[in-house]
Amino acid sequence: MARALDAATAPHGIDRYIELVSPTWSTTEVRGRIVGVVRQTSNTVTLTVEANRNWHGFVAGQYTQLTVEIDGVRHTRCYSMATSATASGRQFELTVKAHPNGLVSNHLVSRARPGMVVGLTPAQGDFTLPGQRPERVLLISGGSGITPVLSMLRTLCAEGHSGPVTFVHYCLTAGDLTYGAELSDIASRHPNVRVIKIFTDEPGAGDFDGFVSVAQLDAIDASWRQAETYMCGPAPLMSAAAAIYAEADLGIRLHTEAFTLSQWIAEAPDVSGAIRFTGSGTEVRSDGRTILDQAEGAGLTPKSGCRMGICHSCICPLVSGTVRNVVTGVVTADRGQDIQICINAPVGDVEIDL
Amino acid sequence: MPIPLPVEISEEALDELGRELDHIYDSTIADLGAADERYIRRLIKAQRSLALGSRLVMLAGAAVRGRARQPSPGRRASSRMIGGVSMIGLGVAKIVENMEIGHNVMHGQWDWMRDPDINSVTWEWDNVCPSDQWKHGHNVVHHTWTNVMGKDRDIGYEIMRVTPKQPWNPVYLAQPVYNTLLGWLFEWGVGVHETDFNKLLKGTAQDRADQLQSLKATGAKAARQVAKDYVLWPALAGSAFVSVLVPNVGANLIRNLWSYMIIFCGHFPQGVYVFDEADVEGETRARWYVRQLLGSANIKGGAAFHLLSGNLDHQIEHHLFPDMPSNRYQRVAPRVKALCSRYGLPYNSASLSRQFGTTTLKIWRYSLPGGTDVSIDRDRVAS
Ligand code: FES
Repeated sequence: MARALDAATAPHGIDRYIELVSPTWSTTEVRGRIVGVVRQTSNTVTLTVEANRNWHGFVAGQYTQLTVEIDGVRHTRCYSMATSATASGRQFELTVKAHPNGLVSNHLVSRARPGMVVGLTPAQGDFTLPGQRPERVLLISGGSGITPVLSMLRTLCAEGHSGPVTFVHYCLTAGDLTYGAELSDIASRHPNVRVIKIFTDEPGAGDFDGFVSVAQLDAIDASWRQAETYMCGPAPLMSAAAAIYAEADLGIRLHTEAFTLSQWIAEAPDVSGAIRFTGSGTEVRSDGRTILDQAEGAGLTPKSGCRMGICHSCICPLVSGTVRNVVTGVVTADRGQDIQICINAPVGDVEIDL
Repeated sequence: MPIPLPVEISEEALDELGRELDHIYDSTIADLGAADERYIRRLIKAQRSLALGSRLVMLAGAAVRGRARQPSPGRRASSRMIGGVSMIGLGVAKIVENMEIGHNVMHGQWDWMRDPDINSVTWEWDNVCPSDQWKHGHNVVHHTWTNVMGKDRDIGYEIMRVTPKQPWNPVYLAQPVYNTLLGWLFEWGVGVHETDFNKLLKGTAQDRADQLQSLKATGAKAARQVAKDYVLWPALAGSAFVSVLVPNVGANLIRNLWSYMIIFCGHFPQGVYVFDEADVEGETRARWYVRQLLGSANIKGGAAFHLLSGNLDHQIEHHLFPDMPSNRYQRVAPRVKALCSRYGLPYNSASLSRQFGTTTLKIWRYSLPGGTDVSIDRDRVAS
């Protein structure tokens, strides 16, 4: 049936006609509609998203790639589901924090409203609780990294998990805390759950003061060494905790999820750096010429045509790093974005799927 | 030897012209945003609704005719009416899909939106020519080597003599006939254009294998198109198969004739320049621009004409900026034209009847030996 419909609607396929009726309808793609918008703090937004039928749930700790359109251009970012994974239905919650140069996060924090349609991917990521739940669990989060860890906490509570769970959350001040009331509520209803809030820039306001340390962990939970630890947060927290666990020879107990919060855009004249062609595994030192020229110099034979930016036959995805369009001067650093390699030169280290 | 120019322009002035054109491009690209995105999305939505709507009306027309072997004259007339209207609807939908949407999306004009479905890499159009073949023959070969003899396979589509620079041979005597045929069967001409029959018949083993593969790809795409238009949809009408088949054939013919006419007006009218390979050796970006300008022709028309011609009535702007979204050509045209008059360069823009008329006259004239080179005439078109 589906094949017959696709044949009748060739070459575009049935989905391209179904979406005329409703933007979230699709036979294959995962899309969602924002049905709830709450701004818990001045620089965050908590979205309730209702996905279409192609969404098949998630495991606590996983994320989805959310696509929004800003000034006509689509942008995609990863956000972790914060809801309990046991909830049935296709609704889940995401909390987004506005980052200083974050195009998508600022857009969502200031513009998200019910009814908005977003693109999604099936849940992905292997920062998850194991199917056989660990007896003792330590959950650590920092700032907007709270979402996947909160999902684990909510899931354990919903399942009636009876082992001890300690939830430690770091943020700058009490005013930056999201889910404060709910966390207190969970702690009061579940005797096995302890919630610790630490405000690093506001001494005396939280349950403990200061940055993560062995002494602090000891004070929070004397048996933290016996717990499986799940952690998500900004880079300084992650590296400090990783060092503590490595020192204590407990690296195997620490499970982490790191999101690069903002993508680094190199200074335009910086031509030094390495180009890695991820498809072929070739790597060369950049000499500042266009990526097409340098790829050919390295013995690769990428597809190309006009070599002057008009035919679009040399398009390749940018895996990481920054490139500059030598014709227009426009700088791009979006992962996965298609670039014309004949008119783009690397700025610093780049990886190209070639 | 740089390309011959109709006026004296110093090298510095040429470079300045190049920079000014770059600036028109850069400022337009920097300005793209939500309004442009809405334009293409709404257009695609309207086009798909029209296509689907026309097909459903077509089926309704077949139903009106009914199952009877001898339907009453009244029923037959209204069924014909409905068939005719839906045929025109589908024809227009196909024109818009191929020209203002498909051709332009495949140029990468909308890649900046990063929508995987409206993208030069993924778009497949409603035409028997597979899109990857089209992108190579058109975007790469034709747009890079516009009007360069021996390089641009779109000069007379390798079957017609459209300039006295092409040596005459007796086959061209028949070109007025097969030119007309090409108009009716245009999509099929486009479909096999990428296949080089010389190589297929007389090339090396590798050449022959390559050409055979390209022909097979066209065959596979054509089979899908034929199945959809001439089997699947008519079959939905059951015994009234023919009442749906006929308007489908008609819709494809409408699209063929219209796109043939518009496309032939792009590079063949009187006053368009043709170049030699030696002209473009070591060509600068500025000279490439000038070649695009001299090698293309615009057609005058209103808003509906812009849409139905896929904005190829702005062929000059399209050739200067092939990956600029087509809805912008209208706005940059006055700037391009002003530059031309400042530098004393021709800007070949005229009515459809003049452009198509001189194109057809040329095809007739050059079917016979001889003829003068119009680009040497330096025929300046009043604008
Ligand atoms: S080779 Fe033509 S756009 Fe890059």
